[in-house]
Amino acid sequence: MQAARAARQMAEHLGFGRAQAYHVATAASELTANMAVHAGGGTLHLQPLTDNDGSIIGLEMRAEDQGPGIPDLDLAMTEGYSTARRLGCGLPGASRLMDEFSISSTFGQGTRIRAIKWCRHRPVDRS
Amino acid sequence: MKKIPILRLGRILLVSIQEDLTDNEAMQFQSDLVNKVAEIEALGVAVDITALDVVDSYMARVINDTASMVRLLGAEVVICGIQPYVAMTLIEMGRDLIGADCAFNLDQGLEMLRERIAHRGDIRFTGDGDE
Ligand SMILES: Nc1ncnc2c1ncn2[C@@H]1O[C@H](COP(=O)(O)OP(=O)(O)OP(=O)(O)O)[C@@H](O)[C@H]1O
Ligand SMILES: [Mg+2]
Repeated sequence: MQAARAARQMAEHLGFGRAQAYHVATAASELTANMAVHAGGGTLHLQPLTDNDGSIIGLEMRAEDQGPGIPDLDLAMTEGYSTARRLGCGLPGASRLMDEFSISSTFGQGTRIRAIKWCRHRPVDRS
Repeated sequence: MKKIPILRLGRILLVSIQEDLTDNEAMQFQSDLVNKVAEIEALGVAVDITALDVVDSYMARVINDTASMVRLLGAEVVICGIQPYVAMTLIEMGRDLIGADCAFNLDQGLEMLRERIAHRGDIRFTGDGDE
């Protein structure tokens, strides 16, 4: 919940709308919970993304842990799939709440998730 | 360990879920609540979630499970006070994360419970605001 609060504060500080800030906060909560439940802990990094001219274009969230890793990413992203008898809505939910979402995981070595929320008032241009 | 108070209004119980509920606290809360429902043969339970800024899939499950347990015991249940931005976020996340009936606020929630209980024709009901 601390992670969620920090994420929401950063989003609001960066000028995101209220709804977007709630989305970012909830995604942060899902990723943090996953690291705690499935990986024995980890770190959530939050970082503003800027343009060449220094203006804010988005918020990047990175969750990194040294847990067991995720053997089947497609399965893990499937709604309702949980190895902990939970709802299994965390990863698919978080990916819908964010604009970009990518997972890389090495079995036995850990998981890295990178997610981005773009500022809505700016055109998405990542060339 | 944080304990969630259970308020009693006649045969209706009122609980307010707070942020940062751990697994153990959630379980304790659920067992306290079902025991209380059984003890007073509650007719309805209003679960207030106004205090929640973030309802992630874990909290959604706690809320849903709580509602299911109460219903299994035969009482009506209404979730009250979900924040507008929380509702928007839940919809964006997909699936019916909250599977119970919701009311705008506690007042409406209690009204809804009373109507349902009256509709059930439960003559045992002796709560206030109803005859
Ligand atoms: N950081 C992680 N390390 C290892 N496995 C993970 C990690 N995150 C997710 N998983 C695996 O992916 C599955 C799906 O994750 P997801 O968050 O969607 O569901 P959940 O955490 O089981 O339940 P919920 O998030 O709904 O409470 C998990 O059950 C777990 O097996
Ligand atoms: Mg999860």
